[in-house]
Amino acid sequence: MRGGEAIIESLKNMGVKTIFGYPGGQTIPFYDMLYDADIDHILVRHEQCAAHAADGFARASGEVGVCLATSGPGATNLVTGIGTAFMDSSPIVAITGQVPTHLIGNDAFQEADIVGITMPIVKHSYQPKDPDLIPSIVKSSFKIASTGRPGPVLIDVPKEVQEGELTKFDDSLIETPGYNPTIKGNIRQIKKARDLIKESKKPMILAGAGVIIANACSELTKLSKTINAPVMTSLLGKGAIDETDDLALGMLGMHGRKVSNDYINESDLLIAVGVRFSDRTTGRLDSFVPDTKVIHIDIDPAEIGKNVDVDLPIVGDAKNVLSSLNKLLDGYEVSSDVNKWTDMMKQRKQDLLPRVSYDDVPLKPQSVIKEIAEVLTPESILTTDVGQNQMWAAHFFDTQKPRKFISSGGLGTMGFGFPSAIGAKVACPDDPVVSINGDGGFLMVCQELATVREYDLPVIAVVLENRTLGMVYQWQSLLYNERHSQTLLGNSPDFVKLAESFGVNGVRITKPGETKEALSNAIKDNEPILLNVVVDPEEALPMLPPGAGINEMIGEYKLEKDVI
Amino acid sequence: MDLEYHVISTLVEDKPGVLQKVAGMFNRRGFNIDSITVGNSEVEGQSRMVITVHADKKGLEQVTKQLNKLIDVIKIKDITEKAVKRELCLVKVAIPNAKARAEIMQYSNIFRAHILDVTEQTLIIELTGDKEKINAFISLVESYGIKRIARTGLTAMSRGV
Repeated sequence: MRGGEAIIESLKNMGVKTIFGYPGGQTIPFYDMLYDADIDHILVRHEQCAAHAADGFARASGEVGVCLATSGPGATNLVTGIGTAFMDSSPIVAITGQVPTHLIGNDAFQEADIVGITMPIVKHSYQPKDPDLIPSIVKSSFKIASTGRPGPVLIDVPKEVQEGELTKFDDSLIETPGYNPTIKGNIRQIKKARDLIKESKKPMILAGAGVIIANACSELTKLSKTINAPVMTSLLGKGAIDETDDLALGMLGMHGRKVSNDYINESDLLIAVGVRFSDRTTGRLDSFVPDTKVIHIDIDPAEIGKNVDVDLPIVGDAKNVLSSLNKLLDGYEVSSDVNKWTDMMKQRKQDLLPRVSYDDVPLKPQSVIKEIAEVLTPESILTTDVGQNQMWAAHFFDTQKPRKFISSGGLGTMGFGFPSAIGAKVACPDDPVVSINGDGGFLMVCQELATVREYDLPVIAVVLENRTLGMVYQWQSLLYNERHSQTLLGNSPDFVKLAESFGVNGVRITKPGETKEALSNAIKDNEPILLNVVVDPEEALPMLPPGAGINEMIGEYKLEKDVI
Repeated sequence: MDLEYHVISTLVEDKPGVLQKVAGMFNRRGFNIDSITVGNSEVEGQSRMVITVHADKKGLEQVTKQLNKLIDVIKIKDITEKAVKRELCLVKVAIPNAKARAEIMQYSNIFRAHILDVTEQTLIIELTGDKEKINAFISLVESYGIKRIARTGLTAMSRGV
């Protein structure tokens, strides 16, 4: 068995059925061995999309996604995707070809120190110098990527190692004495959490991606029901609780729901689970829950106290900690104070539901999201790009289940939406997958229309066209005296024709009702399709200006109850 | 907040790139390394890094936690309070005249330094001690004219078991 074959065999042993990649000079041996192998390979049209697809696969399935690229430019093209996965704790294994060992350091053709380049944005990396090491390295990479706080692992394989014969196939895990993630929460700390909950009159829960990653959503929902506490989520926490539930207030943060942003500071206890208190979630730190006790549950000790000072830290896996906490709260009786508070929050949620009903032409993006929501089942997966399209989707779409809302949160990578949908579709072929994009970000990755056509992946790409780089345009409108520097896209392509040139159907949508109809048809047809929705470029999202406190939103927050 | 000087002793895997990872982490998180020394430890395949850093309490906590997250880092200990700290320094001093030579050799004696090399014009002196001692010696011989200084940075070990 040769090195490349050992990679394939090891991947299969790890349960991998599909990898996303793009060949090149230093991966020719690997691809030659792949030719006969019993593993699917999806040829993306840009390496960055291979990383995003692996990431989307990982987020939708909870399993490790795998991407592959050649040395040098292939590897550097993965960097944005690896960084995206790193910031959002997504388990991917990125395999790169490398120039032969004897050429490393000689500035050989297509040589790049990808191990060095990616060092700050990977959880770990390996560069096997001996084919015998490959089985152990692949297995260890999967373990590191998927356990503890997940993240990307890079395996950089010199060409001659791909070709070299193994003397034995030994896949025992590489010893990592410095890697011992804390899974089980300290029971004394958890008891203290129970006591704080009992003392609290106005509890609130903030759920982040950690809840979803730990598969702890039912435990979280149980906690919120047991103690009758309303739940907010971070952007990536969407789906940790059914957002149609009365107790779910919606997203918190820069473009969060008004009910969450306005009233979080009224709570006397914040139970934060699997969140890292990003600046986009908290606003200015000194006006974020200044008088509230904070319990912070996270598997990564470095997140505790990093941004927000906490009263009670609990390091551990969210599922483990929440189960223990729920057990301690068995038979818990909710006080009348808490019931009063939570009833009030439920009422406030209803009163402050954002307006989504519009008949306007050009279409209001809110109404487009509303129509999408009306068609999609709770099982459907929504991926978003980055910018206004993302925030419209996050703000106005109620996510009901975990792993059904996929978005680049930490790195905020434009061009993530469409390729991540490809990965999600491969992970969940039976669930409809819709990616919501803007016309800016979609053009960064539109070549993947070829991929969805080639592999008949019925991904539905919604392109909200406002011919601006909307988020920056909005900041310029609100904060920079309407000086729209370089944010007018002007001569955008005809997206319908663009799709058709790839053999993908396109539909242009300009009027209310058309999104709903086109999307229903698309789901029925089960074919890749592009829905080009023309929206109002002047529609802005209410926001926290930089440096503002969580309850200092600017911009008009239009309410559904005011619709006449 | 007040920045304080901390000595962190770290046991790491002896693998290529570990120093780069540790140094890169400090840089990326905005912490300045005052000094870093690396060498073999008592365990084969593991190295000990002694890092000195200026940080406030919160910063130090972050540094420690972020170091811990690196998979190649095995153990971390803040040994600022109860450590023996030493640094090695080589100084090449100019000798303007014979009287100076005698004086410098006398100072070296007092500081328990060693003369490693003597020429007509220069002396190389090896000095071991904590930072203050080395700084004191350097300022003492400065007036004769210092040609070169090479310092190892601090290494340290906690007292007791």
